[in-house]
Amino acid sequence: MASTPKEPRGWKDLPIGAVPYRLSTDYKTGDWRALRPVVDQGKCVKCMLCWLFCPDMAIIWDGEKIVVNYDYCKGCGICAHECPVNAISMVPEPTE
Amino acid sequence: MTEAVKTPKIPPEEQELLTINGDEAVAYAVKQSLVDVVAAYPITPQTIIVEKFSEFVANGEVHTEFVPVESEHSAMSAVVGAAAAGARAFTATAANGLALMWEILYIAASLRLPIVLAVANRALSAPINIHCDHSDAYGMRDSGWVQLFVENVQEAYDTTIQAFKIAEDERVLLPVAVNLDGFFLSHTLENIRLLPDEKVHEFLGGYRKVPKVKVDYFDEEVPLMLNPARPLSFGPLDLYDYYFEHKMHQVEAMKRVPEVVREVNDKWYELTGRKYGDGILVPYEVEDADIVVTVLGSTAGTVRHVVKKLRREGKKVGMVRIRMFRPFPHEELAKLLKDAKVVGVMDRGISFGSYGPSFLEINTALYDYKEKPLLVNYVYGLGGRDAPPELIEKMFEELLKDAEKGVVENKLRFLGVRE
Repeated sequence: MASTPKEPRGWKDLPIGAVPYRLSTDYKTGDWRALRPVVDQGKCVKCMLCWLFCPDMAIIWDGEKIVVNYDYCKGCGICAHECPVNAISMVPEPTE
Repeated sequence: MTEAVKTPKIPPEEQELLTINGDEAVAYAVKQSLVDVVAAYPITPQTIIVEKFSEFVANGEVHTEFVPVESEHSAMSAVVGAAAAGARAFTATAANGLALMWEILYIAASLRLPIVLAVANRALSAPINIHCDHSDAYGMRDSGWVQLFVENVQEAYDTTIQAFKIAEDERVLLPVAVNLDGFFLSHTLENIRLLPDEKVHEFLGGYRKVPKVKVDYFDEEVPLMLNPARPLSFGPLDLYDYYFEHKMHQVEAMKRVPEVVREVNDKWYELTGRKYGDGILVPYEVEDADIVVTVLGSTAGTVRHVVKKLRREGKKVGMVRIRMFRPFPHEELAKLLKDAKVVGVMDRGISFGSYGPSFLEINTALYDYKEKPLLVNYVYGLGGRDAPPELIEKMFEELLKDAEKGVVENKLRFLGVRE
């Protein structure tokens, strides 16, 4: 689902009190990322420090390895900074 | 407006007579209004409200959760949280305390939380001054709050109860500020009539009822409150894509306030036999008046006294007390004022570099009329400076001279300041 509603609503169709009319899971907060973390699985020692430090809970342990949920990763780079074995590198997002 | 006097449902002799000051009257009204949460920080001249109310709490006379906070910013934040959780919430403040609440005032109004706030009007620093002045109330005028000004202790009691009814009306859902003049009302003893507790409960319809909203992710309408069973987000980020639309809700809600204030005033009249004009404006001797003075708050009593005296001398003078300052009753007021020769607008506060705030409103109200009165702004009583009848009389004399001349040379005048 897109991060913003396809058709903007008029004020008469919005709930009062500025309560969001859509679920917060519909709002992807990773779409303004400039740098994306890429995990080198060969170097990763699965210490989980990236998971611990991620402020957006965008690092996920899938049972075997570390994966990044790019829907919610805002590219802050804390995971790359904290990684003791430099397994995470910040790669520029493609610009079109 | 002046219909035949009905027999009130609760005749005055069945209403308890109590000699209390304005702050105590407010505390008493809050006690009877089934308020769930009171968060407050004491500040003169509001302190007695909080003191008196904490006595009620300590004595177990109310079920209210009392939250003693460490600042007014926190007081307003706490009642915002409480109201968002569905509670009926109240707080009180004055002057610098109100200024410290400033950013949360906007949040309360935008989230559509029907909070009631008593403001014991007081001057803002510097220099430090604890006495009556409307600068604090004028400072919050654009925050989206409904603002009511009372004239006496009885009205402070009545209006505090009415405020909950107005705020929680589904057509309104806006916070309401009840302004009572610091010391003149907050600390002055008057005999007032109180309703029995159960009659107040009945008037308010019991505990607060939370309105419902429709959102996409629930099949049915859900209560507009923090509720784990039907979770909603309050105060989300809302940029240029939706902020403007959400502000329209507040514009629209404000438009519906006057009819609700009128209705509540009428219902209160049926119940108690007391009413304040039509709830919005309280005119006195304006029908044929050449000179009309507009005023807010307790000074209205003095002005009414002077009008009475001047009328006996055959002078055609009148007065309109503005009870509701936000939303401002432009049309209603213009209708009362347009036929006068000169209108004196009394402001207990000033917008530096401009005029007094109610003068600006009245100018706006009258602009569209071809035939309109001359307008003079009287800034008076700053920092609690007394406005005795002699001074008000002097103002009327000046206005009568202006009417004779037909021109106003000095539009902004300061009443009672030493040259």
